[in-house]
Amino acid sequence: MITFIVRRLIAAIFLLVVVSLITFVIFFLVPRLAGQNSYQLATQYVGRNPTPSAVHAVEVKLGFNEPLYVQYGRFLKGIVLGAHYSNGPSTTFCPPPCFGYSFRTQQPVWPQMMSDAPVTVSIAAGAAVLWLIGGVSIGVLSALRRGSFFDRLSMGTALAGVSLPVFFTGLIALELFSYKWTLFPNVQYVAITSNPLLWARNLVLPWIVLAFLYAALYARLTRAGMLETMGEDYIRTARAKGLAERKVIVKHGLRAALTPIVTIFGLDLGLLLGGAILTEVTFSMQGLGNFTVQAIQNQDLPEIMGVTMLAAFFIVIANMLVDIVYAVVDPRVRY
Amino acid sequence: MAGALLEVRDLRIHFPTDDGLVKAVDGLTFTLDRGHTLGIVGESGSGKSVTSLGILGLHHGGSARISGQILLDGENLVAADPGRVRELRGSKMAMIFQDPLSAMHPYYTVGQQISEAYLIHNKVGKKVARKHSIDLLNRVGIPQASSRVDDYPHQFSGGMRQRAMIAMALSCDPELLIADEPTTALDVTVQAQILDLISDLQEEYGSAVIIITHDLGVVAELSDDILVMYAGRSAEYGTAEDLFGRPGHPYAWGLLGSMPRLDAARTERLLPIKGTPPSLINVPSGCPFHPRCGYAELTGGKSITEVPELREVAPGHLVACHLTAEQQRTIWTEQIKVKLGGREEG
Repeated sequence: MITFIVRRLIAAIFLLVVVSLITFVIFFLVPRLAGQNSYQLATQYVGRNPTPSAVHAVEVKLGFNEPLYVQYGRFLKGIVLGAHYSNGPSTTFCPPPCFGYSFRTQQPVWPQMMSDAPVTVSIAAGAAVLWLIGGVSIGVLSALRRGSFFDRLSMGTALAGVSLPVFFTGLIALELFSYKWTLFPNVQYVAITSNPLLWARNLVLPWIVLAFLYAALYARLTRAGMLETMGEDYIRTARAKGLAERKVIVKHGLRAALTPIVTIFGLDLGLLLGGAILTEVTFSMQGLGNFTVQAIQNQDLPEIMGVTMLAAFFIVIANMLVDIVYAVVDPRVRY
Repeated sequence: MAGALLEVRDLRIHFPTDDGLVKAVDGLTFTLDRGHTLGIVGESGSGKSVTSLGILGLHHGGSARISGQILLDGENLVAADPGRVRELRGSKMAMIFQDPLSAMHPYYTVGQQISEAYLIHNKVGKKVARKHSIDLLNRVGIPQASSRVDDYPHQFSGGMRQRAMIAMALSCDPELLIADEPTTALDVTVQAQILDLISDLQEEYGSAVIIITHDLGVVAELSDDILVMYAGRSAEYGTAEDLFGRPGHPYAWGLLGSMPRLDAARTERLLPIKGTPPSLINVPSGCPFHPRCGYAELTGGKSITEVPELREVAPGHLVACHLTAEQQRTIWTEQIKVKLGGREEG
């Protein structure tokens, strides 16, 4: 088991290096292949209406005229050791892990992302708990009462949940529960450290809206998985032993049906941690999703690259955890 | 010998479906004494498995319609409360399933699965149950039982899995043991071991055993009595000697004829039964076997119009066929037995 985890860990680190390489290639090599020279690349890194000499200064400062492997080496070195960026008269040190320096905001990228990350983590984690509990229990009940009114109602709702985008359900939720009935007035992110109650109260709507989407998906998945599992021979064996039906369902049925859900859950959560874009934008919360949107809108390459790497990091880590959890849950994986 | 442990009287299990009523079991009657073995034989879809599941109350309760009587030690399971049947399940009656790989849960160790039934039906702790599982694994011939008890089913070979499955069924010393095609998924060499094991254990525990199979070789080896099922009914019911020595039903002749034999010359062809088993929704009129029967015209049309009742052709030997006992005897000795090469004398 330990060697399995170590092996997974090494694979994850290797994967991250590959991801950084690909990200680097996308942002530095592809523009060149598309015919952009290092001067034009440098214009992406300076503010509006730059003078040619300013652009050229940036080009030299960021080393765009150097060979690509040198640039990649510096990029990696920045992540590990930090890097210095001269910003006009002064020089700014970007401490490790340095994922670049935004000339637009005149700040290193990493601390910005770290100040936005708690918002995304709060939204994603809370919603994940809701959708996992809600989706799985609705799915199980639907499967056990297949064809019943409850089943049809919940699967119809699930279809709606999968189909309706967050910016639709989110705005409706805001209109009804924040403005009309003011159950949750003035929804904005409050740090959990400053006021946990307010933090939770203000996040209720984003949680529910985001969880609705995923719960719908998970309810359908769980239902399908349960229907399949409950038809397995080992369920009949469990009944033949004289187990109470509840135990048959939970211990034998759900246990097996949940295994694939674990995989999807890990990946979904990993993906969301990289930025719950629609939810954050809809509820105007400054998390990684909003950060990404702003970075793209401003064509702020260091920021885009930083957030891409961070999102990739979350997914790789989630993947690794899924593999490890899977090995714990399914004894057949270990060998 | 306190008489019959299991008495099934006029058992009917019907499933309403969109296409019509499936009469999986349609008026089945048999008895089984303690310490005896009954073999239920028939083609796929003849209702053998549904019968066994029905006895355990596992025939998909919701939609199925079940009538008749299943008396286990005098207690009618058809009318009994489902909770009561559940109590008996796994303790007084247990089942060995066909494919031990799919019949065992992949995520629990063999030991956990064996002790599960023991823990529900007895007030014991986990340690005692584990000890009990190891004893059972030893008993069914699994080497190094004390370490293999913590293995998962996928770490066992096919034969060992079936042994573990048997251990699971035996965990509460059931008085009635139902084995549904216990050897179908196994190698021939392992099949013999498993059959030996079942009969050894039966002697040791004194259980009554029902063996469900389409393999006549299996029932020949183990059974005291044999019930031949066709389209949810019994076609022939008697002792093993009756069935192999003096079978009366054309379907039984067909089953015997389609069994390959090692001692027959290789040029001899098998004598398969023509056609396919009937749909259980539109069971043929009269004798359900008549469309496939080579002797139906001898009954003067009765086979097509009248459902044959089980008749006693000899004490304890019942045949559901319109042919007279005399006709059955003549056809068997003069036509069938000759073709089969004088097989299975006595």
